[in-house]
Amino acid sequence: MLEDLFSVVKTRFNGEQTNEEKKKKTDIPKGLLFKCPRCSNVTFSEDFQKNGKVCPNCNYHSRLTARERLDITIDKGSLEEFDADMISKNPIDFPNYEEKQKALRKKTGLKDAVITGKATIRGEQIVIIVMDSNFMMASMGSVVGEKITRAIEYATENKLPVIAFTASGGARMQEGIVSLMQMAKTSGAVARHNEAGLLYITVMTDPTTGGVTASFASLADIIIAEPKVLIGFAGRRVIEGTIKQKLPDDFQSAEFMVEAGFVDMIVERKKMRRTLAHLLKLHRQGGGLNE
Amino acid sequence: MSDLTACERLDIIRHKNRPTVNDYIPLIFDDFFEMHGDRYYGDDGAIMGGVCYFRGMPVTVIAQVKGRNLDENKKCNFGMPHPEGYRKALRLAKQAEKFHRPVICLIDTSGAYPGVEAEKRGQGEAIAKSIMDFMTLKVPVISIVLGEGGSGGALAMGVCDELAMLENAIYSVISPSGFASILWKDSSREREACDIMKITAEDLVRLKVCDGIISESAGGAHTDPEQTAENISEYIFEALKRKLKKSLDELLNERYNKFRIIGEFQEADNSAD
Repeated sequence: MLEDLFSVVKTRFNGEQTNEEKKKKTDIPKGLLFKCPRCSNVTFSEDFQKNGKVCPNCNYHSRLTARERLDITIDKGSLEEFDADMISKNPIDFPNYEEKQKALRKKTGLKDAVITGKATIRGEQIVIIVMDSNFMMASMGSVVGEKITRAIEYATENKLPVIAFTASGGARMQEGIVSLMQMAKTSGAVARHNEAGLLYITVMTDPTTGGVTASFASLADIIIAEPKVLIGFAGRRVIEGTIKQKLPDDFQSAEFMVEAGFVDMIVERKKMRRTLAHLLKLHRQGGGLNE
Repeated sequence: MSDLTACERLDIIRHKNRPTVNDYIPLIFDDFFEMHGDRYYGDDGAIMGGVCYFRGMPVTVIAQVKGRNLDENKKCNFGMPHPEGYRKALRLAKQAEKFHRPVICLIDTSGAYPGVEAEKRGQGEAIAKSIMDFMTLKVPVISIVLGEGGSGGALAMGVCDELAMLENAIYSVISPSGFASILWKDSSREREACDIMKITAEDLVRLKVCDGIISESAGGAHTDPEQTAENISEYIFEALKRKLKKSLDELLNERYNKFRIIGEFQEADNSAD
């Protein structure tokens, strides 16, 4: 405020503003505005929050924390969380990995990048898996792999459907090959859940990429995506580096993946809970042919 | 076994005369009939597969192909498979299951191809499906990393009952240059990445990812491909003997657990932060 006033005074006295002063004038308190990463449209954060963190211009569904996601998805108070205290070790002795983890645990209140548990959606019992991109871009290391595997195994033993909200930058580099093996571990658990004839739904949220796309996220019976989110295997930068040209904006978007045949449907955030409840109900009785 | 660093091994596996599957297949197997195509889209030159005899026993071989010159590399896309490659691999694995013959996977890739068409045709889905279906494949699967085992592109053929590595081979979450690019935004720091990634056969035995190390001829496989092929053949023979006497349940449970146990975590946060 004061600065603005000063600059008015300065302009009066000095005429034209210098570039530096112009720059200063556009300083805006952090967090006041939201700039959409898809369409670059700028809106007030407050409006964006009220809109369920959905860009009012292009309908991009931005990232939610795992807790926010659970709040709008499952029945209130229904979560029985699994393995809430599991934390990672440092399997390849990566420099500063423990310190980084510790700092992030403090900052995010999360122990690692996924929350798993048993819950209900409109009374339908499920096992739910929600990844949180605020923790190391929800990369899949030992904890993410183990918690997801245990959750799916629990669902298989107890004949429950699994709903996984995926978001991930891919494998966790800091855990090296151990991270890669989590792809096999989680996919193995999906294979057994699948053989038991149980329902598995993934909801791909922003961003679902790399080793998560190339394992359990792509193996569901039904794959849902939120509008405009990023879904792919290889990173955009890597592909651009390979083909030596810029990729179109909608490349690897949810819409692109529907067209390519790898996503069943795009569902808006405000309709997600309802859609999941309907799909759960539809699968509850098993196929009529069984009877 | 020689005492080389990961970087020195990288130099050996990149030697211009490093033997490829085109050298090894005729040395290890007899009467190889190559099969083509995934039956959905096309044929991928980066993965070859077919049926043949191994010491008189019919087996299916699925192998990642690297070239030694530009022409060969054009055909095999520098050893970087597209989705149709993985779908062909899976088709041949299912064929092996139908006819009750073991599958031998030979891994040698820096990773699945990162390209526009590969994304459109579902590179992620193709790898995921391969991982899942190999996990429950009802015949023994032996995988051997010959040179580079890079990322999900290698893992898609690495879900197996036993995984062995040639002495100088590496197996990693991503290629060393990709690792440097992601962590330091500088792919030229590849050698530095090698040092911290834990990617040599010995590292991977310690991390329970690799079950056996196959000796190369002194100085690296290029100095004596025949000897190295003989060592690979011997390993496959012993591994098959171990796996063929298991019941199907035993085989599949052990395969599941081979991957199930990998991961290092603690159940409670005692660090009091």
